[in-house]
Amino acid sequence: MAAPVDLLRGWVMARAGKEAMWLGDTLANLGDGAPEKALHVVLGLAPRRLGKADLALSPADLRAADAARPGWDPSDWSLDGAARVLALLVFRGARPFAETFKDLRRTSDAAEMIALYRGLPLYPEPEALDFEVGEGLRSNLRPVFEAIAHRNPWPRDHFDEHRWNHMILKALFVGARLAPIVGLEERANPELARILCDYAEERWAAGRPVTPELWIPVRPFAGDPKIDAALARAEENAA
Amino acid sequence: MMFIDPHAHMISRTTDDYEAMAAAGVVALIEPAFWLGQPRTFVGTYVDYLSTIVGWERFRAGQFGIRHYCTVGLNSKEANNEELAEGVMEWLPRFALKEGVVAIGEIGYDEQTPLEDKYFRLQLKLAKELHLPVMVHTPHRDKKRGTSRSMDVCEEMGVDPSMVVIDHNNEETVAETLQRGYWAGFSIYPSTKMGNARMVEILKRYGAERIIVDSACDWGISDPLGVAKTAKLALESGIAPETVERVCYRNALEAYGQSGQMKEADWLDPPAIDQRTLYEGNSILRGGRDPVIEESGAKRRGLLIE
Repeated sequence: MAAPVDLLRGWVMARAGKEAMWLGDTLANLGDGAPEKALHVVLGLAPRRLGKADLALSPADLRAADAARPGWDPSDWSLDGAARVLALLVFRGARPFAETFKDLRRTSDAAEMIALYRGLPLYPEPEALDFEVGEGLRSNLRPVFEAIAHRNPWPRDHFDEHRWNHMILKALFVGARLAPIVGLEERANPELARILCDYAEERWAAGRPVTPELWIPVRPFAGDPKIDAALARAEENAA
Repeated sequence: MMFIDPHAHMISRTTDDYEAMAAAGVVALIEPAFWLGQPRTFVGTYVDYLSTIVGWERFRAGQFGIRHYCTVGLNSKEANNEELAEGVMEWLPRFALKEGVVAIGEIGYDEQTPLEDKYFRLQLKLAKELHLPVMVHTPHRDKKRGTSRSMDVCEEMGVDPSMVVIDHNNEETVAETLQRGYWAGFSIYPSTKMGNARMVEILKRYGAERIIVDSACDWGISDPLGVAKTAKLALESGIAPETVERVCYRNALEAYGQSGQMKEADWLDPPAIDQRTLYEGNSILRGGRDPVIEESGAKRRGLLIE
């Protein structure tokens, strides 16, 4: 089975065209003691030299990704984003990974920040990234939030119940879909079901619509009278 | 007609302004790094400001169907705080390569002090190294001499005039700016810089070559529709549509497009990834509606809030 970094390298190199030689040299340099400044330059040049086309991976590629890191789904990654994550994975710096990551995140532009967070399941030292992930979740840039919440197994694998529940709630608040959240059913819990029912009632009281996706993590807790009542009302509304 | 506002400090403006600009036909704008009305006293706040204009503000504009670009630099006022200036200079190269950064700017002189001169030169050097255009802010006081001096220094530093926009021109500075081969920016800013009737007279006299109209709208009494209103007034005054199109759209694209970071396709045919994440697309372009000049805040006349 291929490691994630090798998969990324294969996908990006295959699409690099006339930049393949530059990219190959750059990656070799990054893995061979280059200073952090070299990493900054590569991250800046990635969209300039490689463009921002969709990676457009095949079903076989996506299966390989899921096999390499269960839950990793790069189906909406772009070429520059993949190259940025690849560069970060290949880089061997003097500082711990999480420190480098924090520094990059602080000075990133929007597209860069999205790429950095999409790469989460592939990074070493996941516990050390806890604060950084929290910052991304609090972001008001919906695509940054979605880079963590959607098609990314990191929350399922590392969030405690409180953070998980608040991610689901924030998704609803900012109008992000719930279905692309990895582990939406697996991580369902009674506290979340209760909060979601309250939230649905608030929406109904305000005359606002409630997305049917909201009930996915609620249904497993049917049987509780309050939840049954909310589910019944949702069905009525849908009919 | 599509417009570009190549000098707009949107961080100081409201969502009403974005809506009004989009309705008036503004498809792209450039946010130059500037002075916030009071000085920053920590390097970190400056770094976070730069991070805001390459990140959040770009995203915010995209939600209104407007493509947002920016310039990064240390402005002339804050160049006088040497400790801050040194710190900012260390961080600038990292921001200069961010997506959508189309120039080093706005830089230049305020009081024309030795420190302003030092950091102006250092930033011209950086722009040259990175092959980036430069946006020069010309001083309000001692303007004519300050403008000539800004161009002298660009030339001393070996920066090609075709890579430099000299901004905030007026009737007194325009001839020299154009004659020396620079792009000449005009900020349609009430009371202090240019009015648009005066701008129309300048267009009659100098034509379209290398002239760029912007609003420079910021936290002061200014008008985010400066470009659109100038275009309308110019057309009504009999200026040829080709001239208006060049000074209110094409020239800015050519000057700042030299960065490689700003292309017409960004708004006419955006990459799929951007359409999914950072740019909501432009309903005006898709629907083919005529631009509407509507004052920002027009929504305030409505009573319902839902």
